Amino acid sequence: MDALTENWDIILEGFLKTLQLLVGAGALALVVGTVIAMFRVSPVPVLRRTGAVYVAIFRNSPLLVLLLITYYGLPQLGINPSFYWKIVLAMGLYTAAFVAESLRSGINGIPLGQAEASRSLGFTFGQSMTQVVLPQAFRNVVPPLASVFIALTKNTSLAMSFGIAEAAFRMKGLINDYAADRWTIFIGIALGYIIIVEAISLGAALLERRWRAER
Amino acid sequence: MKIRRTKIAVIAAAAALTLAGCGDAGDDGDSSDGGNGGFTPEVAEDVTFDDGTRMAELADAGTVKIGVKYDQPGIGFKSATSDTPVGFDPNMGKILAAQLGIPADKIEWVETISDNREPFLQNSTVDFVIASYSITDERRQVVGQAGPYYVTGQQLLVAADDDSINGPDDLSGKKVCSVTGSTSIKTVEEEYGATPAGFDTYSECVEQLKTGSVDAVTTDGAILAGYAAEDPDALKVVGEPFSEERYGIGYNKDQAGMCDFINTTLEGAFEDGEWEAAFDDTLGKGGIDLPETPTLDPCP
Repeated sequence: MDALTENWDIILEGFLKTLQLLVGAGALALVVGTVIAMFRVSPVPVLRRTGAVYVAIFRNSPLLVLLLITYYGLPQLGINPSFYWKIVLAMGLYTAAFVAESLRSGINGIPLGQAEASRSLGFTFGQSMTQVVLPQAFRNVVPPLASVFIALTKNTSLAMSFGIAEAAFRMKGLINDYAADRWTIFIGIALGYIIIVEAISLGAALLERRWRAER
Repeated sequence: MKIRRTKIAVIAAAAALTLAGCGDAGDDGDSSDGGNGGFTPEVAEDVTFDDGTRMAELADAGTVKIGVKYDQPGIGFKSATSDTPVGFDPNMGKILAAQLGIPADKIEWVETISDNREPFLQNSTVDFVIASYSITDERRQVVGQAGPYYVTGQQLLVAADDDSINGPDDLSGKKVCSVTGSTSIKTVEEEYGATPAGFDTYSECVEQLKTGSVDAVTTDGAILAGYAAEDPDALKVVGEPFSEERYGIGYNKDQAGMCDFINTTLEGAFEDGEWEAAFDDTLGKGGIDLPETPTLDPCP
């Protein structure tokens, strides 16, 4: 137990970094993912194809490979952001592909009449998307989006080997220092992740209930 | 990449020479060819140990499993193309095995990384761990550690044109890279206020240093000297050692008499010059001065 109680401050610091990665990469994933989802259902063939190619590349590449490209490829092109932004970039763009696909399934779940009605009212594609389709689509996809962000939370632990002192990094350090307390340390850190993931699940459940009541 | 390839080529060549030497001799360690990694201590004959001890079992079996690192040039390194690791740690392993009556080619080398050293000893996956394994009180609660056979200290590797870092006191707020989970990275963070940047291997840290993503790389001076020697135009080691790392030999705590055996062997190697030869053969070639003979900790 000493390993945890004596080091609670650095463990907290580690989870703070984990949360920073989660928020940064999550925000990027939401923005890019929404744009890509709109591309994929847009009437313009070039955009549709761009969206499909994006999803094919980022959903099918292992995250670790994307991280390695960001770390060892970008600096050779003269682009060298800080470690935090490299992680946010790789994880955000990767997760965006999953956000886009979740959102597309939500869009497909909306009756075609909604889009037709907005078109007959004279809405442009952009207006019908942002005013009519997307708000409903987001309500449809709360549970799958929650899963995507839960996966992202756990994926941030990959940052351990890429210059970020997040929770898993702290775990590795503690395990090296307190050889006798391996299990306690592991359970303590796992508990931290469980708390974050449970918070996301809880938020999703609340949103789902609230939006369902409004319908 | 170019640097890394050169390093691997050099070590592969050395290993190839070593293997060629062993193969030609065809017998068990009666000669030392003196090449890099070709260090061959004299194998003890007619060894006797008390019945029931692990040493007796090993001597009977004629083989021993030793855990070493594969990624630290000079200390413990195995290239993709060679069969056996080379370095100061493997050489110490050969000395230990020789005292069990086991020649170098009967040693079974196992790669250990920092994280699995204790489990490997506890599960008897290996008989000894000789893997830049600093002696600490925490570790001694779980496994046995005899020694030290080498005392080194943490230093800093920085870009050759960097004048802002001359020692650990200049590290405050700087990004300092080392292997995730290592003692070195903890020391610079806790005692000198550096921002820790952890990677899986030292070579990745050196890569990040070259692109300017980190300000310094820190670990035991012996390892850093190897990198600086490979690329003196881009890298330099600065400052005096600012920690004391005492490398010990790990063994399973339950094995009676093991510590005495290791200490006696080390004592002998200090006296008959084999320890010095093991050093000159590896780290000594990287331009590191022979340290003073360490004082062994008494056995518990």
